[in-house]
Order: sequence, then structure tokens, then C-alpha cells
Amino acid sequence: MNDGRILIKGNEAVAYGALDAGCRCYFGYPITPQNEIPEAMSRLLPENGGQFVQAESELAASAMLLGAGSCGIPAMTSSSSCGIALMQESLSYMAGSQIPGVIVNMMRGGPGLGDIGPSQGDYFQAVKGGGNGDHRNFVLAPSTAQECYDFMFRAFRLAFTFANPVMVLGDAIVAQIKEGVRRQPPEDALTADGYAALSAPWRLEGHGRRGPGATPRLLKSVYLAEGSLAERNVLLMRKYEAMRAHVDWEEWQCEDAELIVVAFGSVARIARSAVRQLREQGCRVGLFRPVTLFPFPEAALRRVARDRRLLVMEQNTGQMVEDVRLALDVLARRSSVSWHGIMPGMFIGADDLVDPILTALRED
Amino acid sequence: MNGYQDVIMAGFGGQGVMLIGNLLAQAGLEQGLEVSFIPVYGAEMRGGTANCTVVLDTHPVGSPLVNRPMSAIILNEPSLHKFQPRLREDGVQIVNASLVSRDLLDARKRTVYIPVNDMAHELGNVKMANVVALGAWLRATGALDPEAVKQAMHSVVNAHYAKLIPANIKALEAGYDFAA
Amino acid sequence: MQDATSDERLRPGAGEELVFDATPTLAHKPTHYCPGCHHGIAHRLVSEALDELGLADRAILVASVGCSAFSYDYFNVDAVESPHGRACAVATGIRRARPESIVFTYQGDGDMAAIGLAESIHAANRGENITAVFINNTVYGMTGGQMAPTTLLGQKTTTTPLGRHLLGEGGPIHMSEIMGGLAGVAYAERCALDSVKHIRQAKKALLAAFSCQIQGLGFSFVELLAGCPTNWHLDPVKANRRISEEMIPVFPLGVFRDVREERKQSEVQA
Repeated sequence: MNDGRILIKGNEAVAYGALDAGCRCYFGYPITPQNEIPEAMSRLLPENGGQFVQAESELAASAMLLGAGSCGIPAMTSSSSCGIALMQESLSYMAGSQIPGVIVNMMRGGPGLGDIGPSQGDYFQAVKGGGNGDHRNFVLAPSTAQECYDFMFRAFRLAFTFANPVMVLGDAIVAQIKEGVRRQPPEDALTADGYAALSAPWRLEGHGRRGPGATPRLLKSVYLAEGSLAERNVLLMRKYEAMRAHVDWEEWQCEDAELIVVAFGSVARIARSAVRQLREQGCRVGLFRPVTLFPFPEAALRRVARDRRLLVMEQNTGQMVEDVRLALDVLARRSSVSWHGIMPGMFIGADDLVDPILTALRED
Repeated sequence: MNGYQDVIMAGFGGQGVMLIGNLLAQAGLEQGLEVSFIPVYGAEMRGGTANCTVVLDTHPVGSPLVNRPMSAIILNEPSLHKFQPRLREDGVQIVNASLVSRDLLDARKRTVYIPVNDMAHELGNVKMANVVALGAWLRATGALDPEAVKQAMHSVVNAHYAKLIPANIKALEAGYDFAA
Repeated sequence: MQDATSDERLRPGAGEELVFDATPTLAHKPTHYCPGCHHGIAHRLVSEALDELGLADRAILVASVGCSAFSYDYFNVDAVESPHGRACAVATGIRRARPESIVFTYQGDGDMAAIGLAESIHAANRGENITAVFINNTVYGMTGGQMAPTTLLGQKTTTTPLGRHLLGEGGPIHMSEIMGGLAGVAYAERCALDSVKHIRQAKKALLAAFSCQIQGLGFSFVELLAGCPTNWHLDPVKANRRISEEMIPVFPLGVFRDVREERKQSEVQA
């Protein structure tokens, strides 16, 4: 029997997704646990007329991404935590210069060199900007290998829609898990012409390509004239606001739940198993999973949280819980938020989440 | 298959636990199940022991990792020390009698103690010990029809090694029969 | 595109003859550079080379950080700003994404040889088909005269008040020699902008460098020894003299790598 699924790692699904979504250039530097991405891209892109460059560092890789993005060509990089930290320089420039690009972060334990185990410790880095100045990435958090594939299409489309960096934030579990994946591009996948149309107003190509008398173009983030940087930031702020139209989340068993677990990425899928186990025991628990971390699904969370208790579960020392509390501030008297952290680097199963959920459920 | 099954497979690097892990996951996938396979990776890989976890489920797989596995395939002694204590009380382990002393077995745990190296050697190639063990696991757990695993060999083994499939089918059957 | 000849005030009047004109690719506007600074000459040479080779309409400039941060204001070509030091990496991305374009960086000594040394060397070593124009004036100009990686031994700067000392502060980095030793480099030459003769040679070097890019031979590199009267605290004439008397003895002029003949021959053999 073959239902069209292939057994591949999340990392490989990222590579296939990127290729099928029209990615033409990959720039990166090896780091565990995401090495299958550059390894796959080094084969897939040249086979399909694209470009693969193993850069000398993550600093260089992200600068190459900036360069390719400035030409209106779909391009990506991938790395893990400490490598992503190095990329923040160019990501801030790209946001400021309005240059698209897709960045995959398969998070590992930190701070510093940490370990190569799973972690969600880069939540702040991803959703609060990460680099200097008021910059934001659009952030998608896959929790399965299938989503690693599917989200690449959304990532490239969003990057070109907003001319902004888009980060796909996975972790070592999502990266290394092998699952069945359907390599089926969505019907609305952008073609090369689609990307070209979106980048036509700003991309660099040599002014001669735009016909005789065309004005040279400049992409930059520096604005020194009085008031010009303020104007730029207002424009960017409005753009970040407009990203809210693409907010996404998942609710599971929330309708009658007394307690709702809020989790993203790999922790969300593990929490889902724990919630299923508890439902089988008759516990009224549910799961709310932010799929986009920036924009954060505040309004949806406020709606499901009313008169409920929330338990935020994440693999860090308390990051997304701050956004949950901010989102619920206006409801402060009508819902409560508790938090359960899984320390970075730990490998957990559903069993590890059942007791904390029960404890939170029984709390008054 | 009834709902959910998980297994940790462990041994020395080179004993082929990743291969049988992939094979089982592929077989599950081809049977229309939700499956996950996750290896140890990175620095841990270089320690000389290897292990992977496979989950077969009728629901979407939650955690691809399990602290207390329902079953284990243990091909060497270090792996027994690591995983036997973690096996669920009602779990089952396939233990390589060719390399693991019987004295080390926990009598409270259900064990198929099978000399997979010797059996594979007799079948013509000691490298098939992993497949013998998988055969025993299929019988002991009843998790999947062995025919599905035989079928999946064609997907997992690249064309260059396809000629080895008939011998591996024999190895799988030998393990399956042993565990009866 | 702005027409450099459009300003009537610059056209010859009655009885006048036009003997020197702006180039189309050099923007017709005053620069922000200090009096006596050689960036203006370097800009003119680069734009002349682009025009003579007919490359401007498909050229993309990668600007750097330093005094030349706003170089894009003076070239009538598509341009992108690069993070400090990453110009050769940005140029790599552009050239890989748009193989039909002509890509060049314009970088000072801090950008190219300090913060961006890794990006410069690795782009060169990969043989990226880009041209790097490197302005070496032995000092950080934009930030006010601090030590550069190319600062001469004994040279006083605002961060080497006693003069640069070899042990602890390092010696001047010889970029052309380094580039000349890398297999991916097609062309590397060091020139100077202190005299008419040297300026003419610099133009030839830039033409050679861009020709290498057109032919797809690999990375091309032109180092230009340039004056910074402001931070050297010299008048422009004395600054020129410093180049010939102090810099050239340390940074000898010449071609450090040129594979044009060799690669042409290997093509013939192939």
C-alpha cells in the first residue's frame, strides 16, 4: 500500500519544501541538528539549476541571503541557535532594507554552546527581533515533518508578500524526526513569475533590465536625514501590524476544557498526546497551539481563555509565557496562567507532561 | 495493530539498529499507520553505541521519544544496562543472547532471549542479526504483519543491495519463528 | 537615468572646447568627501571602467561601511547596502542569484581587511565572479582617524597615539599579496592614486578586473592606495607625497595575480 507518503526527516522535508516552493539559492554553515538541510540542498539545488554555497560562517551566510534577496530571488539559510545568533546582523539589515529571505532555526540547547538536544530557548530571539533596532521576523513554528514541508511554501510567500525575513522555528526533535510526509505542493504555491511579480517594484537587477531611462534602485536601512528614520520605522511598524492578517493557531479539545495547555512546536505535539491520555481518563483538558509565534494569536487565545485556566508548557525557562500573559492581561481576573518549563536539552515523552497538567488542573 | 506501539532499538554502531528502525517505520507507513523514527544524532553518535525509537500509532504521533518503552530490541550489553530498567512492567524485550549474559536479565520483564548473531551466521551473514531480532520482535509484539516488513525492504534497501533481500527475508522469518 | 551632461552650466560656452567631461555612470552631484580625498578619483575611475565596458546597465554595487558608505549616491547603478565587512558575502549572494549581472564591492581598509577579512578572503577563494575595489588609506576615516589593519608601523592614529607597534597592534596587512596567493582569484593588482601616471595604471587595473568578471574567470581585486588628508593631518599635496614616500615602499605596486592568459590557454587546450 502506498498512500503517497515518504518517510523523511523534518530537515529533509524543509529542503524538499523549499525546493518545491521555488527556492533558488541556499547559503549556510554546518551545525547540528540541522545538517541534513544543507546536505540535501547541496544536491537538490544544483540538480535543479539553483545555487548552493557553503559559507565561511553564519555571518557570511546571512549576508549572502541579503544579497540574493535584494535581487528578488527566493533564497534561504538554515542554522541552529548559536548560528542564528550570528545571523542577526543581516536579519536586522534585511528588515530595515525590506529584503525578503527565509531562515530556518532548528533550535538546540543554550545559552552559549549549550548542547545539541531539543530546546525552545530562542523564542525571544525569534519573535522579539533578535537583531538591533525595531525589527521583527514573521515566525512559523512547525511541529511535524509534514509541516516542515508545508510551511516552506508559506514562508517564501510571506517573505515576498512583506519583503521581510521569515523564520521557520523548529527544534532538534522536529529536525531529526522521520515521519510520513506528502510531498504535495499547495495549489496556491507561488511560481517564479509570482515571486517576480511581487519583487518587481523594488528588486535589484541592473537598471538596464527595466528599460531605457530607468532610475537606479537602492536598498538600504540607513536613514540619516532628520525625520526619515522615524518615517521608516512607522512604515515598518504598520507592516508588522499588517502581518496579523496571517496569524494562525490550532485548538484541540478546548470547547469544554477546564484547563488549556498552551504549547508550540515539538512540545505541542507531545502535549497533544498527554492531553489525549488525560481525556481518556475523563479529565477536561485541551490544547491551544500558536502556529505563528509572530504575529502571536492573541485574540484567539483571549477567546478560548475566558473563564479557563491556562498552563503554558515550553522547553525553556519561561519565554512564550510572557506573551500569553500579555495577551490575557485584559482578562486578568477571568483566567489564570501557570507555567511548566522543560529544561533545554531534555528529551521528553508524553508521560513527562501528564503530571504537570494534572497538578495544574487540581490547583485552585 | 491495536492503537499504539513503541520500541527502542539499541546496539553498537554497525549492528544495524538504524536500518531496522527505518525498515519498521517504513513498513508501518506503508500500512497506512502514523509513524515516527528518531535516531540519536550528533556527538552521541560517536560514542560507539546507537539507538533509535520507532512509534507506530493510529493517531498522529505525539512524542517520538519514550521514557518508558513498551518494547525494546537490545543487541549488546551496554544497551541492556541502559534500557532494561526503563522498559515498562508489562513490556517485552528482545535480547541478543549471542552477546548478553543471561544473568543480567531482569526476571520480572518479559524477555525473548535469542542468539541473533549465531542465527544470522548460520543463515550466511552475521550482519543480518538485526533483522533476526526484528523478526522476533514482530512475533513477540504482534505489532505488524511480517509481510509488511518484507515488502518494505524494497523501499528501504537501495537497488544495489536488492540481491540481499531474499536472505534477509529468511533472517526475519527465522527470528519470527524463534519467538513463537 | 540621470544624464550627467544635462547641466547647461557644464556645457562649453562660445569659443570654449570640451576637454574633460563627467562619465554617464558617475552621478552629477557634489560628494560628501573631504577636500583632497581620493574617493572622488576612485569613483570616477570605476565609473569610467563600467562605461567603457558597457556594464552599467547590468551592474549592481554593494556598498560598505566607512567613508564610502554612501558611495551608492555617486554611481548611477542599482545598489544595496551591506552590513559592515560583509560586502563580498552580499555580492556572492547577488551574483549567485543573478548570474547575468556585474557585481562589484567598494570597500575601505577597515571593512575589507578587518571586520570583513573572512568574507573577503573566502569569496576570493571560492572564485566568486565579483570585483572588489579596495581603498587603502591606512586609517579609519568615517569614525575619526583610528588605526586600520593597514596602518603603517609607527603611524600615529587616534587609537595608536604612540605610533603603531608591531607586537600588540600588528603590522600592516598586505591584501593584494594575500589575494594573489588564492587559487580562486583571477586578478589582483595594487595601484596608487597619488600621481597621473599611477591613476592611469589604476584605470587599466579596473578594466582588467571587470574584464575578468565578464569572462567569468573568478574573483578580481584592485587595491588603491589613497590619501586621507583630514585624518593624516596633511594638506592634499603632502598627502600625495606620503603615498609615494611612505606607503608605496611598504605596499609595493604591481600585479600579484593575473590568470587571463593561462585560463585562455587552458580553454584552447580544452
